[in-house]
Amino acid sequence: MIVDSAPSFDVREYLRLEMMPHFLCPGCGHGIALRALLWAIHELGIDKDKLAVVSGIGCAGRLSAYIDANTFHVTHGRPLAYATGLALARPDLHVVVITGDGDCLAIGGNHLIHACRRNLKLTCLMLNNEVYGMTGGQVSPTTSETRLTTTTPLGNSEPNFDACALAAAAGASFVGREVTHHVPKLKELIREALSHPGFAFVEVLSDCTEIFGRKNELGSSAEMVLRQKSDLRPSAYRDTVDTPFRSNDLPTGILTKTARPEYGTAYRKAAAAQRASKAAKASGTNKGNA
Amino acid sequence: MNAVKQAIAPKARLRLISGNHACALGAVAAGCRFFAGYPITPSSEVAERLSRLLPEVDGVFVQMEDEIASIAAVIGASMGGVKALTATSGPGFSLKQENIGYAAGAEIPCVIVNVMRGGPSTGMPTRPAQGDIMQSRWGSHGDYPMIVLAPASVREIYDETIRAFDLAETLRTPVILLYDQVIAQLTETVDLAGPGAPTRAERTWASGPREAYQPYGTGKGGIPAMSRPGAGYRVHTTGLNHAENGFPTQNPEAVERNLGRLLTKFDKHRDLIDSWQALACEDAEVLVVAIGISARAATRAIDIARARGVRLGLFRPITLWPFPERALREVAAKARVVLVPEMNAGQLSLEVERILGGRRVDAIHRFNGEPITPADIAERAEKLAKESKK
Repeated sequence: MIVDSAPSFDVREYLRLEMMPHFLCPGCGHGIALRALLWAIHELGIDKDKLAVVSGIGCAGRLSAYIDANTFHVTHGRPLAYATGLALARPDLHVVVITGDGDCLAIGGNHLIHACRRNLKLTCLMLNNEVYGMTGGQVSPTTSETRLTTTTPLGNSEPNFDACALAAAAGASFVGREVTHHVPKLKELIREALSHPGFAFVEVLSDCTEIFGRKNELGSSAEMVLRQKSDLRPSAYRDTVDTPFRSNDLPTGILTKTARPEYGTAYRKAAAAQRASKAAKASGTNKGNA
Repeated sequence: MNAVKQAIAPKARLRLISGNHACALGAVAAGCRFFAGYPITPSSEVAERLSRLLPEVDGVFVQMEDEIASIAAVIGASMGGVKALTATSGPGFSLKQENIGYAAGAEIPCVIVNVMRGGPSTGMPTRPAQGDIMQSRWGSHGDYPMIVLAPASVREIYDETIRAFDLAETLRTPVILLYDQVIAQLTETVDLAGPGAPTRAERTWASGPREAYQPYGTGKGGIPAMSRPGAGYRVHTTGLNHAENGFPTQNPEAVERNLGRLLTKFDKHRDLIDSWQALACEDAEVLVVAIGISARAATRAIDIARARGVRLGLFRPITLWPFPERALREVAAKARVVLVPEMNAGQLSLEVERILGGRRVDAIHRFNGEPITPADIAERAEKLAKESKK
């Protein structure tokens, strides 16, 4: 039995119901991540009119169309760059980026590391399903080694990225990771990220049953989601699970949280100070003339 | 003196500034309050000037991590309702093309400056060229409309920058400001005082009930009103082909209807868009068609040629795309020969040939980084005039 721990939260209030049915595959974890995001937004009382969601290309990128907010479905890999312009121009908006592992770490990798460094207030949700699902299942920068994809018929021989370690190394002031298996914990993490006064990076470990799981014989969606537990704590499960979904020992929860000046605020403060000093100088000159 | 006062001269005051500086001043005067860019020769001075000017008018300047991020941030800022500019040159212009197509398709107003330098690839960063004439029109994939303005002097860069913003806002479109390295870094004495107080165009904002609003409806004159985030409309913007409601569609009728409106949306506004200069064309036997520094050379060539008894005239498209073709046909009808001097291997001449269908169009094509001189044009004109009389 599913116990709804949030009786006041009705996800339908935040969805564009006219867009249903959605086009995610049966068993895809992205819907769980979307629900967790909307739940966190509900709990924080963020006004839908002031919410802007920017997404890129891929399965994760399509999620923005389902959210009843100001939504922008932009070019492949660039949602962070679009969001940077939007957030700088409109500091009154709450800007959230939804991106995938290919969108964020491959074609958009440069934007990620610089967004981490810049520390503009943005919440970046990267849904990691280890594969390019939309294009039919090609290898991505987070695909585990040895995995089969449509472009690694011999098994993936490239090491994969640890997105959270990358974000932290690039200077992100908030980094967190959670699995779709733990929905309330995922909601809590996203809530913390949305409340963070700077750039917040959240990696959501999602599952792609249809395109990735099937090819690698990872079982049903439920099995893939359950296995996330063993992947995260391989030491505890080493003897009982022979083929972990992900081979990395990946910690979850808030991994980095530091206080750094927020870029937009710092820029506007410096600009205001310069305007004040110029105005003072100008009025001084006028007095001198008089 | 603050940036707005610098940019909008209330009375005549002579100043010595470069083309790129004039562009920055024009942007501020037009109401631009956001710039994102990436350093590249020979357009960097636009960014450098705006990094100082924009904070003074509560605007935002940001140097992004790359050229693609710069155009993306500019479109993002404009989606937020703020007039935005980016400036680049050849290689950067190539990198921006995908997102210029996005702005055209999603109908997001913005202005992109492309200072033309030698190409292809890295080419000659500090030498002039006019090799991006076709790219400025056709650089992104698929079918889309585009406005390209081609100023030929420092003062005109200022005016055309303002006009670029006005057109972008009025017609909900990206506008490209295209000028060559010579005009960009040329320093000229200009007087920025304009005729009267500037009235700047603003895009039409959505009004009325949310249920009745169509983000890509036919709107006024085929230009749909835009919704400002925060105003309660909560619309979806996408690079996918979309229906009137903004949501993706692959329905053939809906795509044909909406893409059809997009592709013809300038047709009713050509009076606003078209701009050209016709110099000494009334009695011209040889008509030169040129833009930028080549047009400047042609202006001088008119005097040289006429002193030698060759009646030379100049047709200079200021709006390069859509090309003011009706005006060119009218002017060219009187001339015996048409000559296109341009700093590339043949781009403007192709368009002139197309417009003048069947007429012989002679051309000077130079792509070695050296501008075409007035003497080059006058000599060729003299030769053509003699040949045409045989």
